[in-house]
Amino acid sequence: MAARTPLFERHTARGARMVEFGGYEMPLQYTSIRDEHLAVRTAAGLFDLSHMGEVQLSGPGAEAAVQRLIANDAGRIQPGGALYAVMCNERGGIVDDVVVYRDEDGFMVVVNASCRSKDVAWMSSHGGEAAALEDISDRCALLAVQGPRAVDLVASLTDTPVAELKPFHATFATVAGVAARVSRTGYTGEDGFELYVLDNVAAGLWDRLLEHGEPMGLLPCGLGARDTLRLEAGLRLYGQDMDEDTDPYSCGLGWTVKLEKGDFIGAAALRDLDPRNPPRRFAGLRLPGRTIARHGHPVTDGSRVVGEVTSGTFSFTLGCGIATASLDGQVDDAVPLFVDIRGSEVAAERTPLPFYRRRKGA
Amino acid sequence: MSVADLSTYRFSASHEWVKVIDGGALVGISEHAQSQLGDVIFLELPEAGATLTAGDKFGVVESVKAASDLYAPVGGTVEAVNDKLGANPELVNTDPYGEGWMIRLRDVQEGGVELMDSAAYERTTAG
Repeated sequence: MAARTPLFERHTARGARMVEFGGYEMPLQYTSIRDEHLAVRTAAGLFDLSHMGEVQLSGPGAEAAVQRLIANDAGRIQPGGALYAVMCNERGGIVDDVVVYRDEDGFMVVVNASCRSKDVAWMSSHGGEAAALEDISDRCALLAVQGPRAVDLVASLTDTPVAELKPFHATFATVAGVAARVSRTGYTGEDGFELYVLDNVAAGLWDRLLEHGEPMGLLPCGLGARDTLRLEAGLRLYGQDMDEDTDPYSCGLGWTVKLEKGDFIGAAALRDLDPRNPPRRFAGLRLPGRTIARHGHPVTDGSRVVGEVTSGTFSFTLGCGIATASLDGQVDDAVPLFVDIRGSEVAAERTPLPFYRRRKGA
Repeated sequence: MSVADLSTYRFSASHEWVKVIDGGALVGISEHAQSQLGDVIFLELPEAGATLTAGDKFGVVESVKAASDLYAPVGGTVEAVNDKLGANPELVNTDPYGEGWMIRLRDVQEGGVELMDSAAYERTTAG
């Protein structure tokens, strides 16, 4: 049976439609994906992300262990800083994409729920031996507040000047009476925070955020809106846009690979690749009108298959279908592309990612 | 929940409804079906004039979540499609038994698909 987050009763009390995701019963939507999506773009949304995994590495060997595990450079993370990174296998394929926080005595690595047990086993046997490694997921809840009103909302519930936090920085603060790691990060393309708190205080914080947020337009949001928001923002989803057979260059994550930092797992395989000509290319596609391409749909050049859709949805912000695709490496940028949607060939327009970029300061 | 009077609606196991109206029939999908699909984005519906046999696939409903085939609960000739759904497919979510109807049939032919009244249908979707 699927596990429950400490907010399970909050979700069902609001009539959320629950689905199993990453081994947890999670809310897919409360009212409608469209309303929840637009709330995040125009006001704020509140997400339960307690299914995500958190792994702590501490002790004198922690930094070397993290450096060995991730392709990005943990040496660049200041205390209180965070870093997006991929963990690769020896072939350069992606084991998971993670966010790494540097703490005083070590690091916290946030992993995808669906990868948690795999990641913990991987980390324990591929560098983590040198550090004290602890999977704290079961006592750590995660709430995200995202949207143009999110910063004001969280700032109004704490004495810590969290509005001054820079993107990808975090601090410890008391929010609505609850001790939280407040992180200026997210997965929606909007400004906002992710709040890591202990399981037993998560429901109280959820209630306070709703109570203070609802008058400013905040809605509780499910995984449905999380997916449409992240795709508009051009953010990858592990298992769909990348997997253990995808190298970071092939899914447009070459910017997270720091070969010059020294050795790490997968470095040798990645050195053998040309970052500008990787085996596959990651492309953004716009589809006409309300056409929706889906994971696995073939992408053609009009006569032959040249790739496949990794993620696709309807963009509520743009009012058209959007998708990301993994294309054969040799497909020229000028080649017109089509998506084979259940037998009908739909012309797709290649678009730089992200599909949506928030206006800064808005 | 919808408070539509469902006494004149009959339902297929594949979650379409049919309602006989003067000389023809309206076809749509149930409250349960729309709730399972989530936000409807797009509908692929037949052209007026198309002939359907009960059980035929007559279109596709595309939601944020998935694409699902639509099956004719009765046979007939498509007299009209609900053209409001082109610009407002969310009517299927907000009013599945009213404004969210999909096709209107004439020369209706029953048989081939088992139809249930609303009470029997709701028992199949309970729990």
